[in-house]
Amino acid sequence: MESMLSKTHGLVSRGLQEIRGSLVMIDNVENVGYDELVTIRAPDGAERMGRVLEVGRGKAVIQIFGGEMGMQTDSIVSFTGSAFKIPLSDEILGRIFNGIFEPIDGSPPIVSSEQEDINGNPINPRARIYPNNFIQTGVSAIDGMLSLVRGQKLPIFSESGLPHNRLIAQISRQASVLGEKEEFALVFSAMGLRHDEAQYFIDEFRRSGALERSVIILNLADDPAIERLFTPRIALTAAEYIAFKLGMHVLVILSDMTNYAEVLRELSAAREEVPSRKGYPGYLYSDLASIYERAGIIEGLPGSLTQMPILTMPGGDIQHPIPDLSGYITEGQIFLDREMYMKGVYPPINVLPSLSRLMRKGIGKGKTREDHGDVADQLYGAYSRGRQARDLSRIVGEIGLSEDEKLYLKFAERFETQFISQGEYENRTIERTLDIAWELLSILPEKALTRIREEYIAKYYPKTGVKQR
Amino acid sequence: MVESRTGEVRWISGSVVVGSGIRDIEMGEIVEVGKDRLVGEVIRVGAEEFTAQLYENTTGVKPGEEIIGVGKRLVAELGVGLLGNILDGVGRALDRIKLQTGPFIARGVRVNTLPREKKWHFKPLMKKGEDAGPGDIVGTVQEMPVLVHKVMVPPNLSGRITQISEGDFTVEEPVATLERDGKKGYVRLMQEWPIRIPRPFAPGGRLPLDEPLVTGQRVIDTFFPIPKGGTASIPGGFGTGKTVMLHQLAKWCAAQVIVYVGCGERGNEMCEVLTDFPELMDPRTKRPLMERTILIANTSNMPVAAREASIYLGVTMGEYYRDQGYDVAMMADSTSRWAEALREISGRLEEMPAEGGYPAYLPDRVAEFYERAGRVRALGSPERQGSVTIIGAVSPPGGDFNEPVTIHTLRFTGVFWALDRDLAYSRHFPAIHWLKSYSLYVDRLLTSWAQSYSQYADRIAEYWKGRLETDFSQLRGKALKILGESAEIESIARIMGERALPDDQRLILLESELIKEAFLRQFAYHEVDAFCEMEKQVAMLQLLLEFYDKASHLVQRGVPIERIKSIPQIPKLERAKEDRSGIQGLQRLSEEIENELAKIRQEYNLV
Ligand SMILES: Nc1ncnc2c1ncn2[C@@H]1O[C@H](COP(=O)(O)OP(=O)(O)OP(=O)(O)O)[C@@H](O)[C@H]1O
Ligand SMILES: [Mg+2]
Repeated sequence: MESMLSKTHGLVSRGLQEIRGSLVMIDNVENVGYDELVTIRAPDGAERMGRVLEVGRGKAVIQIFGGEMGMQTDSIVSFTGSAFKIPLSDEILGRIFNGIFEPIDGSPPIVSSEQEDINGNPINPRARIYPNNFIQTGVSAIDGMLSLVRGQKLPIFSESGLPHNRLIAQISRQASVLGEKEEFALVFSAMGLRHDEAQYFIDEFRRSGALERSVIILNLADDPAIERLFTPRIALTAAEYIAFKLGMHVLVILSDMTNYAEVLRELSAAREEVPSRKGYPGYLYSDLASIYERAGIIEGLPGSLTQMPILTMPGGDIQHPIPDLSGYITEGQIFLDREMYMKGVYPPINVLPSLSRLMRKGIGKGKTREDHGDVADQLYGAYSRGRQARDLSRIVGEIGLSEDEKLYLKFAERFETQFISQGEYENRTIERTLDIAWELLSILPEKALTRIREEYIAKYYPKTGVKQR
Repeated sequence: MVESRTGEVRWISGSVVVGSGIRDIEMGEIVEVGKDRLVGEVIRVGAEEFTAQLYENTTGVKPGEEIIGVGKRLVAELGVGLLGNILDGVGRALDRIKLQTGPFIARGVRVNTLPREKKWHFKPLMKKGEDAGPGDIVGTVQEMPVLVHKVMVPPNLSGRITQISEGDFTVEEPVATLERDGKKGYVRLMQEWPIRIPRPFAPGGRLPLDEPLVTGQRVIDTFFPIPKGGTASIPGGFGTGKTVMLHQLAKWCAAQVIVYVGCGERGNEMCEVLTDFPELMDPRTKRPLMERTILIANTSNMPVAAREASIYLGVTMGEYYRDQGYDVAMMADSTSRWAEALREISGRLEEMPAEGGYPAYLPDRVAEFYERAGRVRALGSPERQGSVTIIGAVSPPGGDFNEPVTIHTLRFTGVFWALDRDLAYSRHFPAIHWLKSYSLYVDRLLTSWAQSYSQYADRIAEYWKGRLETDFSQLRGKALKILGESAEIESIARIMGERALPDDQRLILLESELIKEAFLRQFAYHEVDAFCEMEKQVAMLQLLLEFYDKASHLVQRGVPIERIKSIPQIPKLERAKEDRSGIQGLQRLSEEIENELAKIRQEYNLV
């Protein structure tokens, strides 16, 4: 907190008019800026940070961080004269901070003259470079059908109890760009995670040797919830620095965005704003966008910033405002499916509601393999028919299925057990992934593969495939 | 208008600022706030105070800071040099912002829409001594290799030309001087127009919407067509294909000018347009698509109020090229983000919310916007016609169309392309649902298709003559009927299994599957199929239905469906759209199918 205090421009005000949840009203203030950072010192010496939400006509509304319990009206408010900034240098690598960027790893705070506003500035669309470098994650479902590219924002839509943490750990362990040795720097931002979950990541990063090229920002379940509004922005400010100043390729993991959005709702309710769906504020879309859009590749700057946010869908409902609005902003989503997990599929990725919007330019000839796009498209078509056949067979029994439907059903089963399923430590190359895909497609007759160009069928359709049927 | 006047900031919350001390401030007037001179627009005027929405981030703005009324509305700069440009929501050129502040957009940057230094070659069409009135074309500039920019007298100016000459001019230098009652007025290569007011056209000049806007997208042109000057909405949940479709239309539709507004969407999508369009060629002019395109990008992380302005800026630019006599198509992705910007600002003003928290005036705003589309006779001479077609994406929460923005948009648009999540999940793109979508213009347009169709007759093989005269609307009706019937049969098959159905019903399932795969499905990035010519669309549909008629005849006479399904031409039908040989290929396939079916006829002694 000292580092924050040292930045005040001297404006101090005594006495709070009203404390309402995490909102504090003060009056008789002049010269306070909108969105300015403040510190509030209670008579017992406890200090909290806050932010100006509204100001004018001699009054200010301040949102406080660090919990409102024990707050008193007899406090002193100091104004810092600027929005929240964090100091940045290459020293941040390998470090662990709390949700407001105070070190919690026992090492000293970061000292640097380079300070950045955590809200960042929007990237000029004219300065973006369209992402097209395939990242091999070694996970077939992702590489084959939902390819991730450098600079993409691709969230995992999950539910509590599903193995999203294991999957994200596997991805961060295995991710590599084809033909390059360069490893990713990791920025991990925990919002409202349990201690054991956070510890799992730290241990994982340590074990894989990634810790020294990581920055970890932790706001845990028992940390002040309101600080969560800062945590992802701090993480992204650090990530932008590592990517665009230090020139590294950065993978940012934000977990769990649902906890973040809930705090935003809480705050909105405290301000008595008109709610939109399910009590979330109407600006949830714009607010989430101000986080997710901070990914990409920038013309003239080195490095790249890739985001993999995790969010748990309340009630498993993809139409809940949090996954819904996220899906409208991010460049696709990886959907984890409880039913598949119950069946023992790891990773339980249901590829049908999943999508990678940037896949197309990252794959194909010279990048992955010429047949990749067509094969993925055919897998989607066949798997979706297979699932329809499965639904039908639940009603009419397998004997009621036509010959075609039986084939597609068989395809869907094997697709789940052989293509989607893989070991947590199994790192498949893209070649291997595509080869498995062809083996499975050979369950179907060649003429059914109308989404694949004939030249690729001639080249890749396994000659033994016919017999397998 | 009035001189600039100075007042004081009283209160700030988000993008909304309350000021006081400018007595004659007007609704819609532009204000500048604080030391960074942040730009905003007055949206409410009270006795003591007034409220403005700011087009930039307000962090750090303090009560007591200066607020200046600049005596001017939010205007679009309209003139030579718009094409090929990318602008933000209030019309600032993004490449010059980049030059000033680097890759991130900082606050308080001032740049114009049109470059001031560049000179353009102006050729007069009118002479000294002639009278010129609003909208009259005084001369031209070759703005792009295939687009001649018509330099028009602004709508509020007229007089006798006292000076006009050929030469090179910047957008600020007068190319013609008009005099009336001793007062001088100037025509420049640039004029300004307030974005919230529709540009005028000839009195009574609205024209009927009966000219199709060919898009090369089969599901649209054949089933749910849109006319030049019409309006369309394309609602759908996330990932169902709104943006890809709007990109497709921006690439291939038969307009001369495209205005593409990215309103509160992704930065990378704008970047994609900027990367692809200079490389892709307009199939009609063989020039890079970027040369006919104006991009307006106010991405989701850029200030909300500017998002609100961006679609008005876009449509104003569209109207300006319409007035020159061009067909303009404007795409807005997504109008829901614009409506949300309205909602957010309305919330900050503590207005009484109606449904979904949206202000009660939402339907009026939606109607006003879409009413700016149309095909018109332009103001001034020579006489000319132009059109603005508006296509708006809608992003309903949870993909559920029963919500205010979708509902009101449907009320005021003539074409509805309903995107379907299940189709998108199985990667049937475009995921426009054939049973839920409609086009109110369809009857008029189909007649007009049929008429213009005969133009092609001499260009295609002898074989097709006679066949092509078949009434197109009949084909369309028949295809839709099969799709409708198959939906019902499918719901039965979902309970009993397909095998339990009679063969004539299974044939309907087969045919609808073929129509879906071979016709409706159109991959946006396929080198051949991304754009499908109208004559090929008709020929394909004809071939598919011809097959159905023949097969249906066989099934009625007892040929089992499995036998018909086994003919090797079925997968070929599904691939025909990707065949480079076009109509000739379809012709060959039609013959092959006939031969194959003839074999079946023989097998079953049906000859
Ligand atoms: N015609 C098409 N051909 C091929 N692929 C398509 C087509 N339409 C959509 N897609 C696929 O669907 C994905 C999502 O489409 P798109 O980005 O247009 O969705 P959207 O409706 O705009 O979603 P959002 O509301 O989130 O912006 C694309 O990335 C692409 O992979
Ligand atoms: Mg989109």
